[in-house]
Amino acid sequence: MFEHMLFQGSEHVAANEHFELIQRAGGTLNGSTWLDRTNYFETVPSQQLELALWLEADRMGRLLPAMTQEKLDTQRDVVKNERRWSVDNQPYGSWWERLPALCFPPTHPFHHSLMGSMEDLSAASLDDVAAFFRTYYTPDNAVLTISGDVDADEANRLVDRHFGWIPRGYGRPPLDSMDVPEKFGAPIREVVEDEVAVPRVFLACRTPVLGSKDYYAASIIATVLGTGRGCRLHQTLVRDRQLASAASAFTFDLSKGSDLLVVDATARPGVPLDALEAGVADVLDELQQGGLREGELDRVLAQIETDFVTSMQSAGDRAEQLSRFATYFGEPRLLNDQLQRYGEVTEADVRAMARARLGPDNRASLVYIPRIGGGS
Amino acid sequence: MSAPTVVRPAPGHSRPYRFPAFERTSLPNGVELIVAPVHRLPLVTIRFVLDVGARQEARNDAGVAMLTAAALAEGTTRLDALALANEFERLGGALSSYATWDATHVRTTVLSTRLRDALSLLTEVVRTPALDEREVNRLKEERLAELLELKTEPRGLADERFTSSLYKSGSRFSAPESGSERSVQQLTVDACRSWHAQQFAPAVTALIVAGDVEIDQVLQLATENLGDWDAAAPAPVSVDDLPAREYRSVRVLDRPGAPQTELRVGHVGLPRLHPDYFDVVVMNAILGGVFNSRINMNLRERNAFTYGAFSSFEWRRDAGPFVVSTAVATPVTASALRETMTELERMRSSEPTADELSLSTSYLDGVFPIRFETTDAIAGALASLRTLRLPNNYYDTYRDRVRAVTAGAVARAAQTHLHFEHMQVLAVGDRSVISPLLADLDLGPLSVIGDDDE
Repeated sequence: MFEHMLFQGSEHVAANEHFELIQRAGGTLNGSTWLDRTNYFETVPSQQLELALWLEADRMGRLLPAMTQEKLDTQRDVVKNERRWSVDNQPYGSWWERLPALCFPPTHPFHHSLMGSMEDLSAASLDDVAAFFRTYYTPDNAVLTISGDVDADEANRLVDRHFGWIPRGYGRPPLDSMDVPEKFGAPIREVVEDEVAVPRVFLACRTPVLGSKDYYAASIIATVLGTGRGCRLHQTLVRDRQLASAASAFTFDLSKGSDLLVVDATARPGVPLDALEAGVADVLDELQQGGLREGELDRVLAQIETDFVTSMQSAGDRAEQLSRFATYFGEPRLLNDQLQRYGEVTEADVRAMARARLGPDNRASLVYIPRIGGGS
Repeated sequence: MSAPTVVRPAPGHSRPYRFPAFERTSLPNGVELIVAPVHRLPLVTIRFVLDVGARQEARNDAGVAMLTAAALAEGTTRLDALALANEFERLGGALSSYATWDATHVRTTVLSTRLRDALSLLTEVVRTPALDEREVNRLKEERLAELLELKTEPRGLADERFTSSLYKSGSRFSAPESGSERSVQQLTVDACRSWHAQQFAPAVTALIVAGDVEIDQVLQLATENLGDWDAAAPAPVSVDDLPAREYRSVRVLDRPGAPQTELRVGHVGLPRLHPDYFDVVVMNAILGGVFNSRINMNLRERNAFTYGAFSSFEWRRDAGPFVVSTAVATPVTASALRETMTELERMRSSEPTADELSLSTSYLDGVFPIRFETTDAIAGALASLRTLRLPNNYYDTYRDRVRAVTAGAVARAAQTHLHFEHMQVLAVGDRSVISPLLADLDLGPLSVIGDDDE
């Protein structure tokens, strides 16, 4: 909701004018809100850098004079429609709020819904917007990243000119502890009846956070399991046993508390849920007990290398990556070490990680099944 | 410490940008080579594009182009599916193969040191696929699963059902790009094999390479890999792209209890090579293309009916659809539709303001370089150039053409190409709530369609 309000104007910018000025300048823009950071970004032709900085500075320094009840009410309805669109009227749409809720305890900051319930949205007030703004949207709690066809000295001069006057915040309150045990300790399972055509399983394991030395082995496991057509989930569940019509795996890349490695498998029509779940368990068991196959690590590293270099092509993606490392760890240069870190992982590291984290005592399953008598 | 600046910064000096220079040449057998050397990073995108699209299919075989394209990735006569996937992964590439209305695409991106191996592997996929029975049947089941899942996915369902409904029932365009349940059901491995044998030929094939590469290198590799390829070109086809109805009509697909209605409004548009193309693109940007477009400002920012509303022309060799798309809260379905119709009429009845026109033209002009940051995007643009028969100077003149569009031309484009009197509507939502409201609007006969109608 706050992200939406940041496009409703600031002292010298009218509602939606941020969009208009950037698009008129030939740029693209958006915002994104995630469990532990919010991003506002634009890509503009290089001669428009100063305009983009001025717009960002005006809303960081002077947002509140532009906030009105009418704007809040309109955006509340827009966000409610966003919720209907992405969660309520979308098959399996609730997975990305249900899965973190299942994997983190109720007091943990990652437990509650990112977008908020309809009740939460109805209750949001202008005071909430102001308090959130004063507490968190401050220069000392923000990372500004510029990448592309710019001169660094010139960019620094412009940043100082437009952001230099904005006062520091009074410090954000300390976060509650994010720590959770390394493993769930026992299998967890939640069944959801929904307007869906076929069963689907989301299975999460707690894994080491982004930034830790052990993260890379977990990330390699996710690739072995679930990236590309040669990955194990596709090979076993989609191709050989034909239990799933799609199967993949990925890490959330959370930097605090615990990361999650998630397997996502959709049943082939006619395949019962228990057969699909058993198939997913077999794939995890095999990797947990047997480790990597010959040549598997090299293939995965080659994929990771190409993906990394490919993602460095666009200025927006480079800024996003630099910003990620700067925001989480205070050091954008960590980006330069990533390929080396992956390259240092040995088969023994992967074997140890799989053994420690892929077992039944560290699996949380969120399963969707068609509503009986419902749907079409 | 500096003081806050109130004055909006003016743009600095704009730096020149040119779409990467590329060269086109052909092998003696007719395979075209299009090469764009771009040396920023040690990367190269290799892309085969063949004039083998769903438009070529018989209505009853709808889906064979997509099924065959997907099956290309499932093994060659030399390598089975797993071995092929492992080969690509060893090269650090991912193989992607698919068919659109107009073309079949087979592509990968790898580090440029792996160009030779990747190009020969990709050639193998195009020329000698296994088209194995078990793999084809599996892919067919996956497409059927997708169609089944689509029935519970209102957004994708509305897209597919609406576009298909615009064309006459005998036309290939009246079924989805990847085929319908009925047409896919009866596809066989033999259908894929004869499709490959009849359609894949040097004369309809282009090899596009963009990235850290030189032209001579590609010419040599292409000659080695493709020089001996000999197959007769398929006969050209024409598609019936005329509209099914020349009067307004409203269709409702019932989803009891749905919290939102997926609304689609539009009609058959125009083919890509139509001389009014640029006028129509700018007109559409003003109507529903940019964030501050008329439709989005009205439906989202003024009325909060929706999270977003936009319009688009789908550009194909033949006349593709024009569609306004939005998802609105169930109770406001009719109001949202009325506002959409108001904006369509307003677009036709007067010229846009100078501000509206300049917003859209400067946007389209300015984002042009951002569209081509990656080797994959550059190769994709060259694939469009070839598939859609655009002139070689198309990307070099694009920005001038956009800037030359006038307010008068936009109004004329709206009058000529928005068929206000033939507007078609599809609403996927809770019929018991929305049908009575929609019936009150003067938008033509209202019918309720079933899940399995084709």
